[in-house]
Parts: sequence; C-alpha cells; structure tokens
Amino acid sequence: MTDLNWRPGAAAARAHRARLNAELRAFFAALGVLEVETPLLSAGAPQDPAIESWRASAPDGASGYLQTSPEYPMKRLLADGAGDIYQLAKVFRGAEQGRRHNPEFTLLEWYRVGYDHHRLMDELVELVHTVAALDPRWHRPGGGVRRLSYCDLFREALDLDPLSCTIDDCAAAAADAGLDLTGRLGRDAWLDALMSLVLAPRFPSDRLTLVFDYPESQAVLARPSESSPGCASRFELYWGDLELANGFHELTDPEIFLARRNRDRARRASEGQECPEVDPFFAAAMLSGLPDCAGVALGVDRLLMRLLGTQDIGTVIDFPWGRA
Amino acid sequence: MATYSTSEFRGGLKILLDGDPQVVVENEFVKPGKGQAFSRVRLRNLRTGRVLEKTFKSGETVEAADVMDTDMQYLYTDGEFWHFMVPSSFEQYAMSQAALGGSAQWLKEQDVCVVTLWNGEPLSVTPPNFVELKIVQCDPGVRGDTAQGGTKPATLETGAVVKVPLFVEEGETVKVDTRSGEYVSRV
Repeated sequence: MTDLNWRPGAAAARAHRARLNAELRAFFAALGVLEVETPLLSAGAPQDPAIESWRASAPDGASGYLQTSPEYPMKRLLADGAGDIYQLAKVFRGAEQGRRHNPEFTLLEWYRVGYDHHRLMDELVELVHTVAALDPRWHRPGGGVRRLSYCDLFREALDLDPLSCTIDDCAAAAADAGLDLTGRLGRDAWLDALMSLVLAPRFPSDRLTLVFDYPESQAVLARPSESSPGCASRFELYWGDLELANGFHELTDPEIFLARRNRDRARRASEGQECPEVDPFFAAAMLSGLPDCAGVALGVDRLLMRLLGTQDIGTVIDFPWGRA
Repeated sequence: MATYSTSEFRGGLKILLDGDPQVVVENEFVKPGKGQAFSRVRLRNLRTGRVLEKTFKSGETVEAADVMDTDMQYLYTDGEFWHFMVPSSFEQYAMSQAALGGSAQWLKEQDVCVVTLWNGEPLSVTPPNFVELKIVQCDPGVRGDTAQGGTKPATLETGAVVKVPLFVEEGETVKVDTRSGEYVSRV
C-alpha cells in the first residue's frame, strides 16, 4: 500500500520561501550585518518554564538538546566581539503543534550592538515592509504601525493594570470577554491568556502591532526598563493577530540572569516539569561581558504565511511534523 | 476511568464535561512564544446538540464519555416511544420523542440507523443518509406558481414534508437525503 503522506505539502510556497530567504540575506548584507552559524545541538538548554527542549542522544551515551533558539551561542559570539550578526536557524520546540505551530521551524534572529529595543523595533518594521514590497504577489501590511506598551494595551482594552492586578481580576476580565477557561493558572499565565485569546484577536487584521515593555515577571532575557518601573525592555511584533517576533534590549547583568534562571528552574520544579541541563558556557559568557545590544527573533514560516495570505503553517512547510 | 489530555483532543473525541457527553468538533493550539499554552476547543453537546467554545490550559485532562455508535433496526413506535433492535443480539432499546428530535420524521420500519448510546442508554439516532419513502399526499400534476422553482410540497409516509418536482405524483416512492431534507429522485 502506498502512503500518500510521502508527498510534500507546500509546493505552492516553495519558490516563495527560497526568494524570501534570499531577500532576508540581502537585507542584512546591505546593512553589513554578518551571517553566522551556531550549533543546533548543545549540551545544555534554557530553563524557560513555557519552552520545552527536544532531547537528543546517541548510542555511545552522548546526549544534548536541540536548540529552541540560537540565542545562547549567538550571545557568546557577541561577548567575543563579533559585532552585528544574524542567523537563519532551524529551531525545535517540544509539545508545540497546531495551525500556527510546528515543532521544527525557522527563526531569523539578529543582534545589533549599541541599539536599544526601540531602535531595533524600527529596523524590524522596516525589514517586514521592505521584504513585503519586493514581490507583487505578496501581501503587504497596511500603512502605519500600532505601537504601544504592554501596560497601555491592557489598561485601554481591559481596564486592567497588568503590573498590579490579581488572578481574580484577570479571571473577571476574561469572563467579561466571554472566555470560558478551564485549568488553574498563575498570574502570568492569566496575562498570557488575555494577551493571546482576547487582546491579539482584536488587533487590526492587516496591520502590524508592536507591544513593548512587558512586566518584569515576563522579562526572559530583557533588561529591566529604566523608563517603566516594574517592566522589562522586551517587545513583540504582531501582524494581525499572529505573533511574528520577540525581542529584547538585552540583559547584560549576569547576576540578574542567574537569579532569573534560578527562579525559572524553581518554577519548573514546582510544576513537576523536567529541568534540562544548564548550558555550561552561556553564564560564563554573560560573566565575561555581553556588549550593550538589542536582539530579535522572527518566525520565518509565519512571515511567509502572512506574505502569502495563508492560515495554516502546513501551507509553507513541505514536511511538517507527523509527515517528517 | 479513562481520561484524555488536551494534546489528545481531536475532532470526534467524546468527553464528559459539565455532566454531559460532548464531542470535540475542533481543537486549536494557542501559545505565545514565551508563554502558557492553551487549547481552544469547539464542542458539541451530544444530549442538547448545542455547540460551545471552551479554552483549556494545555495538559488539563478530562474524563472520557462512554459513548458508542451502534447499528440498530428501527422496529415501530407506540406513539410515546420509538423502539430499536440490535440485529445480532435482538437486544431492544426505546427512545422518547425528545431524544429523537428531528430524526423521527425519517424513520421507516425495518431501516437500519445508527443509535448513539451513552452509558448504555440511547442518546440520539442518525437515520440512513438516504431513505426511500412513499408520498401519501401531494397536489396533482402541474399546479401553482412555477416561479417557486417548479416544486411542490409532498407529505411522506413518515410524516416528513419535502419539496418535490411538479411531475412527481401522490403514491410514488421518492429518495430523500436525510441530512439536507432534500428530494433526490423518484424510485
């Protein structure tokens, strides 16, 4: 019997992906940003409570993790003085599959030395607009970018202060919005629910939205904000309701990094999640000194979905998980 | 007791929620890149037919509903209950009008239907996709307004009323699609 799943599923998008990759490389070549390559397979992994690493092992007993993003090794390059760099990298995330998720996907990640997150947001928007204008068959985001802080977004749309609200306040706001939610959630998970299920679906469908200065509890590797107390210099880009990119004015303080890493590990342990091995080299690179820089990672598959006006990530990946 | 995690939610999965058996119509995975994952699920209540949307934190588990589809032959109605039989075991089940809903109008004695059982009790019945039924009443020949698409109402032996072409006569048997309630052909 022939299993028809052998066939690739994204023939219509194939040439578009090739062109998009070439145009992204041309964009950075023109800016003098250097393309780099870092390992897909590493001895350790990040401890983010909401990101699961794939473990890989060999018959000789060697084991490691497939990267969830190239962030750690790229920052080691930065700490070594590599300057402005970018990478088109395959990344892997466990337990992420759906219309907008494939466990293996492509990230475009880049770092600019001396930039803060606002300057990098400008460049990110320029990149999307520039690339979208290159092929007349591609959709372009409508003019103008909605750009607002995480706190303003929650205050304006939900009359909720994300820095001081309680779990009950979040639950009430969700119920008001018609969200019927099952499961015990912590405060940040409630904020995620409101962001992904209530607020993002209301973003203008054909336009870009930039949200910046996330609560410190969701800082990841963004530095604490100087202008917005209680916030971190993190941002996200949406095209319509689709999350396309996440970036930081990068945290350079190694003490804060170690404190957050310990907090994340404790959170994983308390939720009964496995803690991956700690990356043995990244903390040392942080201690040696990361230059002042900003970095962002953009989902290339999702950008391609928006350029082509498709709704399912399977339309842009020939062999998605399940058929890979 | 069998349970399912949100990652197992697929169209057609039957779960027990709020005391009622429900079937998963659609499950959408929603997750911010750095945040909590959710399953946004559309469910149809198998008892009431109502469709609702619920969101689960990823990894939540729900109880499986003991729901089973069984082929049964429709035997007869005594006016209050409709009686069905499993051909292989001769086991009989009775259903009320309320449980049958709109399916009652397509049931002809001897026809084989799919009866959905929940904890061993009939929950609903799905008639065959196509049934052949005799017209017991319709106006003769070509009469009425042809602007109505050239059809006229006909009452079938089970009580159902369907639109048939003008040339179809009382006493003839017609084939009907029970999913749309539309006339297919003369038999």
